[in-house]
Amino acid sequence: MAYKVILSEADIHRVLDRIAHQILEKTQGASDVVLLGVATRGVPLAHRLADRINAFEQVKLPVGTLDITLYRDDLGRQSTRAVGRTELPSGGIDGGKVILVDDVLYSGRTVRAALDAISDLGRPAAVQLAVLVDRGHRQLPIRADYVGKNIPTSLVEQVKVLLSEVDGVDEVRLTGETTEA
Amino acid sequence: MIKHLLSAADLDAATATQIHDIAAEMATVAGREVKKLPTLRGRTVVNLFYEDSTRTRTSFEVAAKRLSADVVNFSAKGSSVEKGESLKDTAWTLQAMGADAVVIRHPASGAPHRLTHWVHGSVLNAGDGTHEHPTQALLDTYTMRSRMGKVEGLNVAVVGDVLHSRVARSNALLLHTLGAKVTLVGPPTLVPPAFANLTPSLRVSYDFDSVLPDADVVMMLRVQKERMNAAFFPSSHEYYKRYGLDSARLRRMPDHAIVMHPGPMNRGVEIAPEVADSPRSTIVEQVANGVSVRMACLYLLLGGRS
Repeated sequence: MAYKVILSEADIHRVLDRIAHQILEKTQGASDVVLLGVATRGVPLAHRLADRINAFEQVKLPVGTLDITLYRDDLGRQSTRAVGRTELPSGGIDGGKVILVDDVLYSGRTVRAALDAISDLGRPAAVQLAVLVDRGHRQLPIRADYVGKNIPTSLVEQVKVLLSEVDGVDEVRLTGETTEA
Repeated sequence: MIKHLLSAADLDAATATQIHDIAAEMATVAGREVKKLPTLRGRTVVNLFYEDSTRTRTSFEVAAKRLSADVVNFSAKGSSVEKGESLKDTAWTLQAMGADAVVIRHPASGAPHRLTHWVHGSVLNAGDGTHEHPTQALLDTYTMRSRMGKVEGLNVAVVGDVLHSRVARSNALLLHTLGAKVTLVGPPTLVPPAFANLTPSLRVSYDFDSVLPDADVVMMLRVQKERMNAAFFPSSHEYYKRYGLDSARLRRMPDHAIVMHPGPMNRGVEIAPEVADSPRSTIVEQVANGVSVRMACLYLLLGGRS
């Protein structure tokens, strides 16, 4: 299918650099921050952010994995989904500042499920959200604290985030009917 | 996707492994402060038990509750069944109440299969007569996998009252599917030669001691006195001497080998107390794993579009 490249490898690199700096700025040095990557592609993004924050200010942040399958609100509407791993850092998340990391923010339902999962796993002092792409069309009152790129989309379009850890290449693509036609 | 879980033979290796993988995730919930997932909120699971059972019924109940399903316990004792209601009428009643899944234990082999014709929801066989007990086989293989790292290639001795054991039958089928080698061991009266035809890889032995040195897993079965209407062996003392697992036999097993028992066990009849309590016994682990595996089964059957 025809697609348009929204972010190249270099773009993704720069965007993550910026988000890492924003996290350091907004959390005053990220001392009590835990990064939780939402499976699947939020996980490598969380690790990349942790690497950058470590490179910029020598702060080693704990990174965890959150699989929200069992918290989805559309389970009864689709065939059964495979369940992935949820792994919290050894220090847990109680009292810390959790930053959820995901690739695309769309309806907000994944984030809603992630918030429910977090409240079952512990009681962080605060939860923030970092996404690589915000494509709009929210169905819930949810917004991101750190956004890599805002991409205005129509509902028929699809945003595909490809990451080298999972897909072998770094690229963000927009497929489907584009506005320019 | 499977709708019912009636027989271990219905499971291919991929599905069984998927259940094991999901069970491993479910097991992490047991270690959390909030031991609950919202996954099956609003679904109703009926435990329909025509035979006494503490372990399996409680295990299914805990599993369903951890997934936030509503659980209704329906035991034959003290119910309309004692007033003469047939399984079919009971099934229709449950159907009318909107059961999404029925977990059934019944003394008649094949009763869960019948039930699938009368209810719209999923049916899970929690033991039917001397036929099958698939979730037990799933939890046993899960226990083997977590203790030994794999199931494929293991030598598993299933020892004792094979004739009356749905656990043995389900395990023999599933272990074959997963690539383990099973030897059924017991007196000829309790291990009929015809059982060797159950799967192509199955062996039958009447000499427990000759099987011990090669066994990776020794699974002891309970002597089911309640199903025995004839004399299958001269005395329980003689049975214990030839087929009981005592410390001397435990020492003849390889160092890495484990001892399993589906419970409830008769200490001193098929297994010595010190063997049952030894670190090589997985009996308590099996109970904990039972909850995780049943959560995985309920998720797989009820988690998707109905």
